[in-house]
Amino acid sequence: MEIDPFVFRLSIFILSIFIGYYVVWSVTPSLHTPLMSVTNAISSVIIVGAIIAALASDTEKIFDTASIYGYLAIILAAINIFGGFLVTQRMLAMYKKKKKDK
Amino acid sequence: MSANLLAIFYLISGVLFILALRGLSSPETSRQGNLYGIIGMAIAIGVTILSVGNFSTGFIFLLVFLLIGGSIGAFIAFKIPMTAMPELVAGFHSLVGLAAVFVAISAFLNPIAFNLGTPGDIKIASLIEMSLGASIGAITFTGSIIAFLKLRGIMSGSPITFVGQHYLNLALGLALVGLIVYLCRTQIDTFFWTIIVISFLVGVLLIIPIGGADMPVVISMLNSYSGWAAAGIGFTLENTALIITGALVGSSGAILSYIMCKGMNRSFFNVILGGWGATDDKTKNTSKEQKPVKNGNADDAAFLMKNASSVIIVPGYGMAVAQAQHALREMVDALKKNGVKVTYAIHPVAGRMPGHMNVLLAEANVPYDEVFELEEINNDFANCDVAYVIGANDVTNPVAKTDPQSPIYGMPILDVEKSKSVLFVKRSLSPGYAGIDNDLFYRDNTLMLFADAKKMTEDIIKNL
Repeated sequence: MEIDPFVFRLSIFILSIFIGYYVVWSVTPSLHTPLMSVTNAISSVIIVGAIIAALASDTEKIFDTASIYGYLAIILAAINIFGGFLVTQRMLAMYKKKKKDK
Repeated sequence: MSANLLAIFYLISGVLFILALRGLSSPETSRQGNLYGIIGMAIAIGVTILSVGNFSTGFIFLLVFLLIGGSIGAFIAFKIPMTAMPELVAGFHSLVGLAAVFVAISAFLNPIAFNLGTPGDIKIASLIEMSLGASIGAITFTGSIIAFLKLRGIMSGSPITFVGQHYLNLALGLALVGLIVYLCRTQIDTFFWTIIVISFLVGVLLIIPIGGADMPVVISMLNSYSGWAAAGIGFTLENTALIITGALVGSSGAILSYIMCKGMNRSFFNVILGGWGATDDKTKNTSKEQKPVKNGNADDAAFLMKNASSVIIVPGYGMAVAQAQHALREMVDALKKNGVKVTYAIHPVAGRMPGHMNVLLAEANVPYDEVFELEEINNDFANCDVAYVIGANDVTNPVAKTDPQSPIYGMPILDVEKSKSVLFVKRSLSPGYAGIDNDLFYRDNTLMLFADAKKMTEDIIKNL
């Protein structure tokens, strides 16, 4: 009997929740704000769906109704990716400065 | 690119994202972690573009849109003041939510592109996944917008409640489940659009009854939602990177919500259902007798601290509002020159979001190894000469340990009252967010410094 690929994805999902659980508990409380901004940036990996939606449209038109939503999602996710990683970088750099001063 | 190779690349970026979070376990490894995250994202985007293999005009538009979004994001990231981080994160959550909705809509309109079937005949499992993703995404979107407006002060922070609110939410929740069932049975697009519209409404209704003081929980919760929305879309797209990331972000947000709830001694459901706790608190505040307080000035405070051997600073959000963090650091520098040992004590809910106060202090060049969490430092108050409370209130209220009637009873607090003397910088005797009087004001060893946090700190520096 063959296993539905969905079950594999579900396994990955469940195991990732556990990984997330243990990894996040080990994050030092003083870095909880960068944690939020970086999780925010990585959840924008949803952009892969947006790229497929934007490019995979097989009609001649570049903008049909389905691809327009894809392009819009690309803008939104791009704001998040750049904004999220850069603001995290900016915050973490402030933690760095202190160490040098000492 | 073969589907298997593609899947392996997505797995790699998933692992890099795990390492990105792992890096945050200490400030030294954190920047490397962030770099892993960026590499993971670049891999995911790169291989997706290659796998679609469409380098026509559409690709140019893709780059243009990436650039537009990226520039906006970068601009915001460099301009945003650190005090506004909670709003920024709330705003970013709303974008993830809306992006999830858009991707789900796109997948619904053009299922062939995602290998999910044909319009009107989409696989049932995919329909469930995409409607869940769209629904959670929509709730995240409007919920985060409301949180953003409340944090920005555009909307009042007080809870908005009305009769039958919880029943309305329940009814809408059930309606969503019903609509998803009907959508799967009929494939009629009206149901899909209705699911999204109702979810937008639910997002608003969920957040408006939650008061301003509970915003740290709300932000963490919305962080979690944005993760689950991404995971839902990940299942639809059969994409491991999205599933792994969604699960990571989802559990991260959930843990932060838990930590925040514990810091405020409120149950998660108490916060979510909102309104109730807030209205209860107000009534307890009526019997306010005039008790004597000791009133001091900057000169007294400077004298006390200069002659102390150890001082613990207890900053709260009021310090950030007054923009006093830089003045505070200068004061600490001056004290250190006098040979005083100075440390900072941070309560879990000291800011408007988890870890907010640490970032604000880091920005003011406070070395992170002088900043301690509640459990680490609480025993030190007994041996400390002066506790300098600036902009904090409820988190120092001893009532939390002594009065079972108090709404904050059981909340973990900083044992400020154990130090030899307490300097309490505050503009007036007004109660804090919990709406209760702080017993600490009337203690013999407390000296109240009635002034703006920044001005008082600057005056103390002059007197040192």
